[in-house]
Amino acid sequence: MADLYFTEEHEWLLVDGDSAKIGITAYAAEQLGDIVFVELPDAGRTVQAQDEVAVVESVKTASEIFAPVSGEITGNNGALDDAPETVNDDAMGQGWFFTMKLSNKDELSTLMDQAAYDAFVAEL
Amino acid sequence: MNKDSNVFRFMQPKVSTMTQSDLQTTPLGSLMQQLGGKMVPFAGYEMPVQFAPGVRQEHLWTRQSCGLFDVSHMGQARLRGDDPAKALEQLVPGNMQGIPAHMQRYTLLLNADGGIMDDLMVSRPDEDGLMLVVNAAVKDEDYARISSGLAGSAILEPLEDRALIAVQGPKTAEIFAKFMPAACDMVFMQCGHFSLFGHDVIASRSGYTGEDGFEISLPAAHAEEIVREILGDDRVQPIGLGARDSLRLEVGLCLSGHDFTEKQTPIGAGLAWAVPKIRRKQANFPGAAKILQEVEASPSERRVGICPLGKAPAREGTEIALAGEIIGRVTSGGFGPTFGGPISMGYVRSDLAKTGTELELMIRGKAHPARVTAMPFVQQNYYRGTGV
Repeated sequence: MADLYFTEEHEWLLVDGDSAKIGITAYAAEQLGDIVFVELPDAGRTVQAQDEVAVVESVKTASEIFAPVSGEITGNNGALDDAPETVNDDAMGQGWFFTMKLSNKDELSTLMDQAAYDAFVAEL
Repeated sequence: MNKDSNVFRFMQPKVSTMTQSDLQTTPLGSLMQQLGGKMVPFAGYEMPVQFAPGVRQEHLWTRQSCGLFDVSHMGQARLRGDDPAKALEQLVPGNMQGIPAHMQRYTLLLNADGGIMDDLMVSRPDEDGLMLVVNAAVKDEDYARISSGLAGSAILEPLEDRALIAVQGPKTAEIFAKFMPAACDMVFMQCGHFSLFGHDVIASRSGYTGEDGFEISLPAAHAEEIVREILGDDRVQPIGLGARDSLRLEVGLCLSGHDFTEKQTPIGAGLAWAVPKIRRKQANFPGAAKILQEVEASPSERRVGICPLGKAPAREGTEIALAGEIIGRVTSGGFGPTFGGPISMGYVRSDLAKTGTELELMIRGKAHPARVTAMPFVQQNYYRGTGV
């Protein structure tokens, strides 16, 4: 049974046990505009929460993506190399960025659930 | 996402609310907002950076139909005097005295050393001296330079009661054939007075997107009503500054203060064509000795087009390297929607400015292969007459 978490930096995490799939929210993708390039972290890299792990480039600007939690990168969405626009079309699904093995599940308690994130976005 | 990025600022309305009180609005600002424009601070004005379709779609729309841009933040002014064209030549390297009636020219405002303060359009739409259009970000500096530099020989009068729009794209002429038929007889860089929905306007067949179109100076009091009429044709859509930037980059046009600054002369900036033969012979513009010497020798660096060979865009500030040595920097860069890939322009050491030279772009600390590329990246589509 997987749980969905969100960060204030507009990332989502789909957590199943100690693995997580990570991407940016539909709200973030809409704000960024047309995405033309995504630089993803390679599997095997160990990261701390808040480390810069990815970059998403839209027609407008480049934005850094930070690791929402600590752990090891276990894979990335290579399909975005050829079709970065997938992030705009399906941010919460096919447009995922990378997967991680979590090293400290307690960090999840600092993140938001769907209702809290929706309320957070409504305030923006 | 990065808290310093522009996008993050869009997500923080409180920040922009704090600065909004200091921002000026254009006569079309409220209409642009009503039309769904996402308003951001730009050069001291609140301007639409994009509309609902987004930068890419707005860019493509302009290249295939007609885009309408509010560019009222730019400075419009009259220069009057006994011989304002002769006077202005003290500050610019262009042939101002040679501008015929109903023609417009591109020229450069130079500082005392021949450095480029700004680029500007100078035209002779009527008998009332010259009309100048300068960039918004340096409007005050330009006006101060022109007023003090020409004191005693010409008088600059900023036109505060006018709006300025650009209508750009291949369908512009067929659309304006019904709105302003006489203007459609003009060719690229001609200008004059026309009647548009009953109002006297000054239009030139020019723009900054590489497409055919007009820039139209409107009386501020009627600007909104005129623009609403134009937008009544569904081939015309409002376009934001985001697409304006990608459109001008694709056709290799400079963004003042970025693709040249006062550190560059017209030669290094690749604008030698803006220093015509007659002025080179006279050698009486600011920095003439230095600029003419650069024509003979070579400036230390030159502005070039650069195509990354991969997909990562190289934006302004990216260092350009060759075998680990930094030999230049990107001054404008991003993704070209019509070009279909990342494009940049920047300065490199003159000996590496040749088209085809392989270089590296240092994007986020990693070297990405790139190649010096001839500009424009996308063919310009100006209207030069049916015979051409």
